[in-house]
Amino acid sequence: MPSPFNLIEGDRQQKGGEKRSETAGRWQHDSMQKMLTIISNVLRGSASRHGAQVVSEAASMVASSRSYADFTPEATFDIKKVDLHRLEEGPPLTATLTREEGLKYYRTMQTIRRMELKADQLYKQKIIRGFCHLYDGQEACAVGIEGGITLSDHLITAYRAHGYTLTRGGTVREIMAELTGRRGGIAKGKGGSMHMYTKNFYGGNGIVGAQVPLGAGVALACKYLGNDQLCVSLYGDGAANQGQIFETYNMSSLWKLPIIFICENNQYGMGTSVERSSASTEYYKRGDYIPGLRVDGMDVLCVREATKFAADHCRSGKGPILMELQTYRYHGHSMSDPGVSYRTREEIQEVRSKSDPISMLKDRMLSNNMASIEELKEIDIAVRKEIEDAAQFATTDPEPPLDDLCSHIFANDQPFEVRAATPWTKLTSTS
Amino acid sequence: MHFLVANEILYCIEDYCIKAFCKLRTSRSSLTEDRSKMASIRCFLRSGKSAVSVVLRREFSKTSPAAVQVNVRDALNQAMDEELERDEKVFLLGEEVAQYDGAYKVSRGLWKKYGDKRIIDTPITEMGFAGIAVGAAFAGLRPICEFMTWNFSMQAIDQVINSAAKTYYMSAGAQPVPIVFRGPNGSSAGVAAQHSQCFAAWYGHCPGLKVVSPWNSEDARGLLKAAIRDNNPVVFLENELMYGVPFDLSEEVMHKDFVLPIGKAKVERQGTHITLVSHSRCVGFCLDAAAVLAKEGVECEVVNLRTIRPLDVETIEASVMKTGHLVTVEGGWPQYGVGAEICARIMEGPAFNYLDAPAVRVTGVDIPMPYAKILEDHSVPQIKDIIFTVKKVLNM
Repeated sequence: MPSPFNLIEGDRQQKGGEKRSETAGRWQHDSMQKMLTIISNVLRGSASRHGAQVVSEAASMVASSRSYADFTPEATFDIKKVDLHRLEEGPPLTATLTREEGLKYYRTMQTIRRMELKADQLYKQKIIRGFCHLYDGQEACAVGIEGGITLSDHLITAYRAHGYTLTRGGTVREIMAELTGRRGGIAKGKGGSMHMYTKNFYGGNGIVGAQVPLGAGVALACKYLGNDQLCVSLYGDGAANQGQIFETYNMSSLWKLPIIFICENNQYGMGTSVERSSASTEYYKRGDYIPGLRVDGMDVLCVREATKFAADHCRSGKGPILMELQTYRYHGHSMSDPGVSYRTREEIQEVRSKSDPISMLKDRMLSNNMASIEELKEIDIAVRKEIEDAAQFATTDPEPPLDDLCSHIFANDQPFEVRAATPWTKLTSTS
Repeated sequence: MHFLVANEILYCIEDYCIKAFCKLRTSRSSLTEDRSKMASIRCFLRSGKSAVSVVLRREFSKTSPAAVQVNVRDALNQAMDEELERDEKVFLLGEEVAQYDGAYKVSRGLWKKYGDKRIIDTPITEMGFAGIAVGAAFAGLRPICEFMTWNFSMQAIDQVINSAAKTYYMSAGAQPVPIVFRGPNGSSAGVAAQHSQCFAAWYGHCPGLKVVSPWNSEDARGLLKAAIRDNNPVVFLENELMYGVPFDLSEEVMHKDFVLPIGKAKVERQGTHITLVSHSRCVGFCLDAAAVLAKEGVECEVVNLRTIRPLDVETIEASVMKTGHLVTVEGGWPQYGVGAEICARIMEGPAFNYLDAPAVRVTGVDIPMPYAKILEDHSVPQIKDIIFTVKKVLNM
């Protein structure tokens, strides 16, 4: 069966045979077996290319005794070549990372990771309810994209949005308090997991695919107002087959809107693998007349360089461009999905051990002497504390007042009466 | 400017009138007259200046300013033109709105005047362009999104409800959505089932939307301008058969800042025996029925809803408390419709105690719209149906 991963240059290591013999007994379906093979080939391939090495204890002790002035301020890394569609040239094959950037990306990704894990915990304690779609495993996408644009650009995504809410300026406190439905939440408890908003970030959208035309509308406003801004409009492999997305491809191209379409392909639309949902799994080509890139979504530098490339494309007035980020989610689709009925634990473990985005960045920085293990540990501790404080806030902050029940129906309006559950209860809406 | 000054004067006159009516209340007067006066006072207090100005124009002689004849199509066209001129952020998108001058010519001349940037022809992709329009509203523009007919809005209804109507609430006020969706609604002539549905009840059901249904040119003009200036999503239900109908518009109405309040009904005709509540084209039928009934001594009060959501229940209640009888008239289907909502609200409110007979609805027939003329004519409420119903309710 043809698959996108086989087409990525450089990943010719076909170790599928070994894998099959080791695991044949445990596997129930051929397709699952193929999935693991495919995923491990690609992701292992990317890891080995960069020569990530585990720094030994001895070396780290030596490193820690040095002052910060001894750290490499900047290093250049080889990054995986990107597959191109209707493009002569793609993003560069190397990326330069400064120490500051590295620490920032590390901290942000670690914050997202720990925040999502904390949300998992709170959900199991029934302090968070309803829908909760977790982003752990995909951190490099959110952080890498933000590294390629600015906060004056715009972004919209679907429901797996906690990571983006953070990278777009939200705080962990506000995000967690929104998940627990408290008045200190980023949407004052009115929105929940799927409806978080910040400046130039339009959610958080619950209806699969609907966010894509919305993003094109934001891009239209950017063009209309002539402000040189662009809009990044994200969707998943499951949403990629939505008709309204194709309608949006058409209008964005026709009108040359400054939009970057990004398909976060995490291999599964809920419980349906890409092979079972899509006649063509080459999502970066699905825009047809729109140029496309297929990018390693587990490598924050890859994502950043591709985003910069795409942003330049848009800002030069060439119209839309499409990026497929190949990534992976460790959790199931949502908290009500254990995530192992349609994929194996081995597969998840494989990705975690070979391609984790945070580990990849950490290894790079350590092996190039851009940071010390202690320093990164300190960041981990600080992040843990931030998450704990936020969780504490999120569990102790009071719920919204009942007065808020009817507020925010209309903007800039006089208060008006709202029909309650019975005709005798008087409720008022305020803007 | 004169419009604003005139209203100040009207408020002073209103005060005087309330005091005068109160004095009259104690003198010998019939129950119906008393009811009428009390209802009028309530009208003054609740219905705002448009009701006041209507009543006072009847009772005090006032030189009417020079009237000009404008049909509904032109009223809509002028309203959009003026709002496009007034605010750079306003723009129009939809199928055939630009170079074709509008499928029903409502946007005639606008593309020529404003160009490609502000009047945008879209491909036939409602879900996509409605979503694009909502996204543009998120980012600070003020789109007018035209559906060639509201039947096609079903392709895009998710964007109207889930992306537009609910966002301000879900974001706890962080993200307003200043958008107008407009287009012809309801039955036309000979366009058959898929092109004849009325969506007043569907959209009127949803919190977060304002739903407006103009009848005449004044309604069309004032309500469209108000809708475009409103910072909330407005569903604007026009009527194709009304586009070509001319009405006299006063100088005051033709002023470029003339707006009508969304959420306020208008009493088009004063009456004492029965209240007819309607919206859009059926308002005209009600007035025609009222003219016929007047010859038999039945005086109908005709209320033009103008807005479906929020519903102006106070005006309807005041009228019902005066007349004691209610008939609602609409083109849409009966089940779970606009009339059903009005009846439920009257039952739950103070006006119920004033009803001398059950409230009754006149509606479109509960079938998909047929094509043959004879069948189509019998699928929609006719004037004779309204007259028949009034007589039944009044036990005549």
